Amino acid sequence: MRVSEEEVRRVAELARLAFSEAELRQLAGEFNRILEAFAKLNEVDTTGVPPTAHVLKVKNRFRADQVRPSLPRAEALGNANAVKDGSFVAPLIME
Amino acid sequence: MKFEAVIGLEVHAELSTASKIFCACATKYGAEANTQTCPVCLGLPGTLPVLNEKAVEYCIRAGLALNCRIADFSKLDRKNYFYPDLPKAYQISQYDLPLCRDGFLTLASGKRIGITRIHIEEDAGKLMHSPEGEGFSLVDYNRAGVPLIEIVTAPDLATPEEAVEFLEKLRRILIYLGISDCKMEEGSLRCDANISLKPAGAETLGTKTELKNINSFKALGRALAYEIERQAELLAEGKTVKQETRKWEEAKQRTLSLRSKEDTQDYRYFPDPDLVPVELDQAYVAAIAASLPELPEAKKRRLIEEYKLPEYDADLLTGSRHLADFFEAVLKDYCNPKAASNFIMGELFRLMGEEGLAPEALALNPAHLADILRRIDQGELSVSQGKKVFEKAFRTGASPAEIIAAEGLRQISDEASLRTVVTQVLAAHPQSVNDYLNGKTKVAQFLTGQVMRETKGQANPQLIKELLEEELAKLRP
Repeated sequence: MRVSEEEVRRVAELARLAFSEAELRQLAGEFNRILEAFAKLNEVDTTGVPPTAHVLKVKNRFRADQVRPSLPRAEALGNANAVKDGSFVAPLIME
Repeated sequence: MKFEAVIGLEVHAELSTASKIFCACATKYGAEANTQTCPVCLGLPGTLPVLNEKAVEYCIRAGLALNCRIADFSKLDRKNYFYPDLPKAYQISQYDLPLCRDGFLTLASGKRIGITRIHIEEDAGKLMHSPEGEGFSLVDYNRAGVPLIEIVTAPDLATPEEAVEFLEKLRRILIYLGISDCKMEEGSLRCDANISLKPAGAETLGTKTELKNINSFKALGRALAYEIERQAELLAEGKTVKQETRKWEEAKQRTLSLRSKEDTQDYRYFPDPDLVPVELDQAYVAAIAASLPELPEAKKRRLIEEYKLPEYDADLLTGSRHLADFFEAVLKDYCNPKAASNFIMGELFRLMGEEGLAPEALALNPAHLADILRRIDQGELSVSQGKKVFEKAFRTGASPAEIIAAEGLRQISDEASLRTVVTQVLAAHPQSVNDYLNGKTKVAQFLTGQVMRETKGQANPQLIKELLEEELAKLRP
């Protein structure tokens, strides 16, 4: 499997990343080298091996349903670029 | 050409846990903006989510109540998209290994509607778009991280009516389970609908549209009806339906294109490495199954069988678990189920409607209603007096005995004193007596009214009727 520059452009779009044509070419090359490595893995016969859901052996880590104090609002908003009426201000993006 | 609709629903219900799904922030609705947030639900770097065990349990409760298979192995995945309601730029959800699969819910007609899956996920924050046209949105992350279950049906629904019935039944079940308050107006129950048309009897499905922004049961029915008409018109003209997401516009009662399939997101799901898988053993699931309450349909059947109630009554009473419990509590002290049901459906519903009171908020003591009904049956109170006492008890919480004493609302059932009043009334209205004796028996109503007036409405009407007839018979020449 090989990816085209067009596919790299689409993935970049989904990740909201902007690249120049030269960068897209370079990335396509790098992606393809990575995919070649994965192609090697594909040679392994995995019949009967369940897909890995997690690399750790640990399962079932839960917390009890208990409320603890939240951040003070001023702190919650502390990293915001802009704040209004106790809310984060974001660019207007209508769905 | 005649078309058949093929409808599937995606229902989101907020789980009524005390804390969020991956952190300990409160989930209370209506708190001031951004006062229920922490580094985890704000998506700050370096934080780790830990799954709320209640969210898992609640999802399994829903799955069991909807006849699902419960997974023995399940995991959480990241669904990636960029939108300001999502501080991490991904939503933690479940992709290929949901907690519950392959269930069904049965409609009144006996038709089974398949439940494809039920999974848990986190809710997103709330956006307020450009409050004063300033060109920005305000973001409140209180809702971000509130646990949700998403219930996906098979495309088994054929009409808007079936879809509405399904959603109503589903809502009833979730409320009975105590896992969600399902308030559509507060957004704790939300519903999207997929709908396509195909020629009647055809096997292949047509192109579907997805309807969003459905904010009430009525809106669901109307949006689907509108969409059926819109798609049927296109197809009848030989045009094609575009696969797209459409928004229901309540004010204009129509659907409007939101985005087409070409813009469809690629969510790039992958297992969330921050969360370990969930493995459920059978004993745990069996314990949850054993703890399920009697569900609405079973309760309805039991009310019909045990108390010989008409289906209509049983359906209304089981509309809320709280109400059905109230009804049965009344019957602990009172033995006429139909009379109790009538009083509840009439008087109690009327007063609850006036007060805008939900059954869950009903504080009335069921023993008080039983007491009133017994007094009516024994002739101590007339029906209208009973209603008066009931209204007072409903509004003040006072006991019927206290209210009757305070208002002097006793029905006069003492025959001797009532007979005196009756003879006095007859003596005072010789013309009416004459009319009656000449066959105009309708004046009995007027005479009854006079007796009622004399006794300030406290006389037992049945007794008045009997005494009037007796006394008038004596006057017959």
